[in-house]
Amino acid sequence: MASTSYARPSSSQLPPSVFNPRRHVNVQPERVSDVSNTEYPGHYPDEDHSWDLQKFKQTLNVEVKRLSQRSIEFDLVGVDASIANAFRRILIAEVPTIAIEYVYMWNNTSVIQDEVLAHRLGLVPLNLNPALFDFRDASGVPTDRNTLVFRLNVACELDKSTPKGAPKQYIHDQVTSGDLEWVPQGEQETAFGDRIPGPTNPNIVLAKMRPGQEIELELHAVKGVGKEHAKWSPVATASYRTHPLILLNPSMPVPPHLAQKFAKCFSPGVVQVSADGEVSIDEHNLRKESMSREVLRHKEFEGCVELKRIRDWFIFTVESEGPYAPEALFPESVRVMREKIANIRRAAEALLADADGGGGVGADGDVEMAGV
Amino acid sequence: MAVDGHDAGDNEWEKADQPHWRGLGLTDPIKSVEDKWLLLPAFLKVKGLVKQHIDSFNYFVDVDIKNILKANNKVTSDVDPRFWLKYTDIVVGFPDRTDADAIDKSVTPHECRLRDTTYGAPILVTIQYTRGKSVVRRANVNIGRLPIMLRSNKCVLTGRNEAQLARMTECPLDPGGYFIVKGTEKVILVQEQLSKNRIIVEVDPTKGVVQASCTSSTHGGLKSKTYVATKKGKIYLRHNSIHEDVPIVIALKALGIQSDKEILLLTAGNHEAYKSTFSPNLEEAAKLGVLTRHQALEWIGSRVKVNRRVVGPRRPAWEEALEALATIVLAHVPVQGLEFRSKAIFVATMTRRVLMAMDDEKMVDDRDYVGNKRLELAGQLLALLFEDLFKTFNANLKSAIDKVLKKPSRTSEFDAFNTMQFQGDHITAGFVRAISTGNWSLKRFKMDRAGVTHVLSRLSFISALGMMTRISSQFEKTRKVSGPRALQPSQWGMLCPSDTPEGEACGLVKNLALMTHITTDVDEEPIIRIAFMLGVEDISLVTGAEIYGPNTYVVNVNGAIIGLTRYPARFVTNFRKLRRAGRFSEFVSVYVNNHHRTVLIASDGGRICRPMIIVDHGKPRVATKHIVQLKQGLLAFDDFLRKGLVEYLDVNEENDSHIALYESDIVPTTTHLEIEPFTLLGAVAGLIPYPHHNQSPRNTYQCAMGKQAIGAIGYNQLNRIDTLLYLSVYPQKPMVKTKTIELIGYDRLPAGQNATVAVMSYSGYDIEDALIQNKASLDRGYGRCQVLRKYATLIRKYPNGTYDRLADAPVDENGQVQKKYDIIQLDGLAGVGERVDPGDVYINKQTPTNANDNTFTGQAATVPYKNAPMTYKSPVPGNIDKVMISDTENDQTLIKVLIRQTRRPELGDKFSSRHGQKGVCGLIVNQEDMPFNDQGIVPDTIMNPHGFPSRMTVGKMIELLAGKAGVLAGKLQYGTAFGGSKVEDMSRILIDNGFSYAGKDMLTSGITGEPLEAYVYFGPIYYQKLKHMVMDKMHARARGPRATLTRQPTEGRSREGGLRLGEMERDCLIGYGATQLLLERLMISSDKFEVNACEECGLMGYNGWCTYCKSSKKMAQLTIPYAAKLLFQELMAMNVVPRLVLDDA
Repeated sequence: MASTSYARPSSSQLPPSVFNPRRHVNVQPERVSDVSNTEYPGHYPDEDHSWDLQKFKQTLNVEVKRLSQRSIEFDLVGVDASIANAFRRILIAEVPTIAIEYVYMWNNTSVIQDEVLAHRLGLVPLNLNPALFDFRDASGVPTDRNTLVFRLNVACELDKSTPKGAPKQYIHDQVTSGDLEWVPQGEQETAFGDRIPGPTNPNIVLAKMRPGQEIELELHAVKGVGKEHAKWSPVATASYRTHPLILLNPSMPVPPHLAQKFAKCFSPGVVQVSADGEVSIDEHNLRKESMSREVLRHKEFEGCVELKRIRDWFIFTVESEGPYAPEALFPESVRVMREKIANIRRAAEALLADADGGGGVGADGDVEMAGV
Repeated sequence: MAVDGHDAGDNEWEKADQPHWRGLGLTDPIKSVEDKWLLLPAFLKVKGLVKQHIDSFNYFVDVDIKNILKANNKVTSDVDPRFWLKYTDIVVGFPDRTDADAIDKSVTPHECRLRDTTYGAPILVTIQYTRGKSVVRRANVNIGRLPIMLRSNKCVLTGRNEAQLARMTECPLDPGGYFIVKGTEKVILVQEQLSKNRIIVEVDPTKGVVQASCTSSTHGGLKSKTYVATKKGKIYLRHNSIHEDVPIVIALKALGIQSDKEILLLTAGNHEAYKSTFSPNLEEAAKLGVLTRHQALEWIGSRVKVNRRVVGPRRPAWEEALEALATIVLAHVPVQGLEFRSKAIFVATMTRRVLMAMDDEKMVDDRDYVGNKRLELAGQLLALLFEDLFKTFNANLKSAIDKVLKKPSRTSEFDAFNTMQFQGDHITAGFVRAISTGNWSLKRFKMDRAGVTHVLSRLSFISALGMMTRISSQFEKTRKVSGPRALQPSQWGMLCPSDTPEGEACGLVKNLALMTHITTDVDEEPIIRIAFMLGVEDISLVTGAEIYGPNTYVVNVNGAIIGLTRYPARFVTNFRKLRRAGRFSEFVSVYVNNHHRTVLIASDGGRICRPMIIVDHGKPRVATKHIVQLKQGLLAFDDFLRKGLVEYLDVNEENDSHIALYESDIVPTTTHLEIEPFTLLGAVAGLIPYPHHNQSPRNTYQCAMGKQAIGAIGYNQLNRIDTLLYLSVYPQKPMVKTKTIELIGYDRLPAGQNATVAVMSYSGYDIEDALIQNKASLDRGYGRCQVLRKYATLIRKYPNGTYDRLADAPVDENGQVQKKYDIIQLDGLAGVGERVDPGDVYINKQTPTNANDNTFTGQAATVPYKNAPMTYKSPVPGNIDKVMISDTENDQTLIKVLIRQTRRPELGDKFSSRHGQKGVCGLIVNQEDMPFNDQGIVPDTIMNPHGFPSRMTVGKMIELLAGKAGVLAGKLQYGTAFGGSKVEDMSRILIDNGFSYAGKDMLTSGITGEPLEAYVYFGPIYYQKLKHMVMDKMHARARGPRATLTRQPTEGRSREGGLRLGEMERDCLIGYGATQLLLERLMISSDKFEVNACEECGLMGYNGWCTYCKSSKKMAQLTIPYAAKLLFQELMAMNVVPRLVLDDA
């Protein structure tokens, strides 16, 4: 489809580069086109798109749009999808957290089976900063630097204080994550100070019991990454969407009597209808557009509007479910990324040194990559 | 044409196009009875899903058993003519404990399951007998035990509420209707048969033979089949007990119709064509010289197969004929004294039906028509079994009494009661044997059926339920006729059109639809009286001319001709009025057959029927006010019946009615209104959302697969110890449910999870219906299931006084316990909760070394023991879930150990949606690699879109749409058949929530981070994990065990067997010429064997020595398959000498 992108409306507050068709992903009725960036060296004749730090610094923009206790929304503008995606992937899979990995069942007379209870315990997010911890090494020896010990010791009984005739009340008929008790090991008590390790949410139901049943467990939590098991993922979800853009065709305005219907095709507040039925885009609310493509379904609006997404404007949503504050997660992913890059750099340098005949590498000529 | 609207109908039609018909304008909206489907739950409340089984069983224990007793109520003695014993009453008690020392006699079904005992109740009789000169009466004499059907009248679970059931560890959703025999749950499947005592006319097109047949069955079980068939243009009566075909005129003459004129009138009537077709028969009789009744009887009598009686003189032929005609031929038509009139008319009717079919081939009956079928249920089968056992019991009792009475002098007075007490448990054992083996071989009733009972499949709740509604056909599976397998239009609403297996049993095994009921026998005497009261003229008072006169209709009751009516419409209307008023059973059906000019009344058992709303004068009798009262609980389903708002119609009467599917379809001739169209599906097909949008075989596939889905099987699932039990860890109720799901309780015992599905292609590991699974979803518990397996053993006591024992773990010389005994505790059993690794011992049993030595008399405690531990064989570790120690009925200690495995889905595990779309897991992908939508939602499963075009499972697409809308709106949507949430409404919800109306989302690739170029259909679909898991199937072998006899590798995974290079594979290699490969596969890698053969004699020797030639000169060594060597030796044992002719190669 020939792209007939419309020029930037004169009243627009958005930076002009937003209306650059090269930045647009084209959202069509039955398909998406122009999904990849084309601005790389050699694509456009006589244009230099080699990477330039100065240019990158100019275009890069990170802006926090919404921050709450457990989630954050921020914009990441001016990077390629691969970079944004790398951070997303790292957030999900490679930012380390601590989770329960070993469960020692001393007693479990509840109806929930040992494996299922252990699985549920594993999924409980813990609040301790993983930076204070080491990964368990290959030997698997638990130390106070790599293992956090909890105890779960609950027994259910009938609440005898309930008046007669009232429905039965139980004490501890629900085992929740709040029942996890930290057992300090070695120097942990002093090292952690007043940050007492425990679940981030004390209200997660782990098991239900009735009088006479009890659970007695010892739990060992270790550091890990989401790649290995989802329980080590620090986020409930980390994802992004690209910024939506609605371009009205100035040569084909929306008929005033259909203006309301037109506005309804978009998320609330995105399209404004003036008193005389003139349609305009509220650029402030533009990011709220859900891109339902409803407008493209109606014949009467054909040609009135084009839907675009800005390819390098990423609206990140990160929901933290672990020890990290939501705003700390992205920097953490950057740190992990830098570590990875440093690793590659070391390896590459070692390789270069080897090529120069410098030696110093293993006898088999392999370059050791550091873990993670 | 409706019968009761006969005269009014025509006028109504004329008025229908007038502007104000019945006070309604043409454009007025039709006011509908809203929520009339509520009658369905009301129906299920009283009838339940398996009520047919339970009703049938109740009928047996409450009514039929008394009839059987009445028919066999006297035991006399051949020795003492003054002795008699009479049964006056019989009652089946409530289940109780048989343990002699039990204080609490009450027993629950669950205890029987766990203890491997039988859930049975005593059969108690009241007897009167002579003791010396006095007559003694004794009540509550136990003659045996009857296994009790769960939830029947005699079951302890009946009428209990949920809390009471919970106390008995019983699931309130369990339908019952099965038996517990020796701890296993057994179902007596419904058996389908051709109806008894009815005339069926068939045509053999190749031979041009028309025949009317009738299988007579009377109470007492005697069955015989009588034919009236054409042979070379003439009509004959054929019966097994007569050697030769009897010309029909001779038969009729023998039955007392002597005049040819009357014979002609009774058969052909005044119909010219029939008359001319029939006339050769009259000639034939004359030719054979049979003119009188006596001659006819002589003719037949000389051809009757005589049952040689021991006593009595030989009877004349005509007497034999008379007896055969009275008692064997068409035994169901009553003959009182020597009054053969009704039987003659019945034979004449059969003849007439043959004449009609000869004249017009359309008059042939359809054997496959559901109205011509009867379903035999547990009650009827048990009744037959009981009668057989009871007769044997009485025969044994009689011979035992005779034996005592034969003795000339006795010390005490003879009391038959004592003899009776020593009769053993013939009845108990008979019931248990029949139900547990499924062999119903009752010589007395010429019955020999195998596979009547089946173990109730507890794979999932649905499989158990599906088994209870199953109907198996008596038809052999091998015959290649399509008729019995085909979908019959008359099964609408009665039998599920979707739920049938694929393959050889396709169409022969059926399932009941949701609202069907199967009738039990209703006494026909009062019904005949009512018929006469309503103006039917007695058949024995009329002549042939009247029977086939204009406007006369013959009235039949259960196949027997009772009379005539000249006003069939009025008769039927009045009859129905009485039925609707509740004057007789609601299950009696009446209908008019205009082709045969008959009115047929049926009150026999085994007819399939279903309830329908009565419509008169274009208005359903059920009005909104009734439904309101139903909702308030003021009315129950039985009240609807009693008030005559709703009635049961069987297939035949349904065929005579004009039934509107919806209220808007009602026209003046309408007689009934469907309660709800989706009830035409059965319980299993009812789980499918939007089945009416699917290609029909897909629904059939789902019906088969729904039974393999892993889920919850009952509220008592964790208390059960079944041989094999599959449970889902986190079952979910489906986002898109159906009314059926709610009614059968599938939402409370679900088997599946709502997976977020992206319909797209991913990675190429999704071809051929493979699914891509999200690893994070699996980490979080999606598809996780548990497999629990029972391992049981008996700690036996042996006849010689020795007994098995349990021992704690043995220690070696260092005082260490071997690793495999790690989990054994002091009692010799593995501890609950312990992990069992492969090779571990979980029951450390020891048996005495001389257990079978019956000469042993020493101290049992001093006997040497040998170890007989039970070791865990599965390749995957499990956990001890439960250990149970109990006693069986014969006081053996029973130990059951339940071992549990928890499994997460892995590559190759089988999944399926509810639309017959199965697939295996082809790849497990990390969450970060999965595509995601704008909200950051990642699919649990990716399904390849190629699964759709050829399968045409549009229902699945709509399920996704409705599911997505449901998630967004926060409520469950309905996908009920012929209804359900509308796609338009679903799209509206999607749009309102900022999604595309089509359900397609814009996804971003998790690998590149760029948007995908296509929109992807994305939303929740209910997925079932099926029981087929790789872990149970994968198998490979390089080296391993061999069979002892042939030295070839063993067969099968369980024996770590080899993979067979079969005949066809061999043929390929031969065709290709790969001789060395063949040699390797078939001999070297299999059973190669070095033999020494003598070049001289060609026989095999050993160690370079020929035992035949007594020489070692010409011995050669060669390699042959061991199987070949074995063959040679076996041939030699049969006196055949195989000689090896050796040639230097």
